[in-house]
Amino acid sequence: MTRRARGRVPVVLLLPAVLGLAFLVLPLVGLLVRTPWSTLPQRLAAPGVLAALRLSLLCASLATLLCIVLGVPLAWLLARIDFPGRRLVRALVTVPLVLPPVVGGVALLLVLGRRGLIGSWLDSTFGVTLPFTTAGVVVAEAFVAMPFLVIAVEGALRGVDTRYEEAAATLGASRWTAFRRVTLPLVAPGVAAGAVLCWARALGEFGATITFAGNYPGRTQTMPLAVYLALEQDLDAAIVLSLILLVVSVAILASLRDRWISAP
Amino acid sequence: MRKSLGAVLLGAALALAGCAGEGGTSPPPAGSSASTVTGNVTVFAAASLTESFTQIGRDFEAANPGSKVTFSFLGSSALATQINQGAPADVFASAAPANMTTVTGAGNADGTPTTFARNQLVIAVPKGNPKAISGLADLTKPGVKVALCAEQVPCGAAARKALDAASVKLTPVTLETDVKAALSKVKLGEVDAALVYRTDTKAASSDVDGVEFPESAGAINDYPIVVLKDAPHKVAAKAFVEYVLSAKGKAVLTQAGFQAP
Repeated sequence: MTRRARGRVPVVLLLPAVLGLAFLVLPLVGLLVRTPWSTLPQRLAAPGVLAALRLSLLCASLATLLCIVLGVPLAWLLARIDFPGRRLVRALVTVPLVLPPVVGGVALLLVLGRRGLIGSWLDSTFGVTLPFTTAGVVVAEAFVAMPFLVIAVEGALRGVDTRYEEAAATLGASRWTAFRRVTLPLVAPGVAAGAVLCWARALGEFGATITFAGNYPGRTQTMPLAVYLALEQDLDAAIVLSLILLVVSVAILASLRDRWISAP
Repeated sequence: MRKSLGAVLLGAALALAGCAGEGGTSPPPAGSSASTVTGNVTVFAAASLTESFTQIGRDFEAANPGSKVTFSFLGSSALATQINQGAPADVFASAAPANMTTVTGAGNADGTPTTFARNQLVIAVPKGNPKAISGLADLTKPGVKVALCAEQVPCGAAARKALDAASVKLTPVTLETDVKAALSKVKLGEVDAALVYRTDTKAASSDVDGVEFPESAGAINDYPIVVLKDAPHKVAAKAFVEYVLSAKGKAVLTQAGFQAP
């Protein structure tokens, strides 16, 4: 019924769509085909695998938290306040998207490293150095992932009818109250979607992490780093590690999607 | 310095032009009248060869107008993996025999690899050696942050050997994926020391000092080079390997701090 009403799916759209899907899925198939299933249990139990997985999940979650705390207000500022240079600020927010992650890592070192602009002050005043620490991993991941959250939340904010906020204001709500009680519940799905994107990007982060936080098992060696190093010696081990990361992240994303995102 | 490099370059160009004139080792596919080597050579070389091979590549190009050498510098183990996965490389120069064996073992080499240089570890410290590091034992002092290479890459394997020989138990802050990454952590001041090759500290002598230590004698790396079986440009590849092994190539390597095999 609906199908007839809308007509047939045009081939000019269907063909590239199927090709696009194949392009995205085939590499995963390649991974599955090459997986050494017979030695899988031993490889899963290999030392360091669990530690790397735990570290990956922990750091990606903390980075997402950091992004929400800083990124939602930033998105609100960009969507609601008309200040001079807003377009420039919006462009700046997306810089980590286009920046090669390794360059991002170097840039972070130059600012937050032991001799960095802020890092040297952190070191001399508090004795805190971020590079080569788990906190450094969180910082690197948050730097790379935050634009995803800001863009998603800003889009959601722009899609919300501002009359609700105006109504709240006429009823005497301050801007903060209106944000907390009206705006935030309205954009919650957008925040959730942004957070999931942000988390996924943080989980797969490699370049900025290895540059800024280094690579040490149990402390800064996340799964992508473990995969890269395994690749240097043992292709099968690298495949198994990739598979674990893939399965865990897909499982988490799928469960979150059902719970948070598609639910209106 | 520049003058002498220029002289070497010119000498190399003349010598090779003369050589190829009589020998005619390579029939150029595109009918140029000069019988020098033409075409592109893609060389996969260990990160520690970055400076010396870049120089040798330039010399080779000058000696063979119409040729072009493209390098991919990375940790030897990553390069070996890429080659075994079918990367279109012509030449592989590894920083250790083990990574070369990965390639020869998979049947991807054309002939037997030749050792063309040897390298030794030193402790790279920031210019002026602010933490007064004089040997491996000093690396375990509290407050000294050390970067090592991961054991998968040759500089990491050599570092492990040297540390074991000295019975020094060391916990580094990071295990880098190639020697240049370890060195850059010293340059940036993020670590106080790193175990790298003597050639690396020589190449970065404006930023770092190299501290020699006796145990490095037990962990010397041999650098093998080979033409790959599926090399797309085999003739030019062979000419490049010959050039590396020639007196001209050796001179560049020695100047960079490599030892003769």
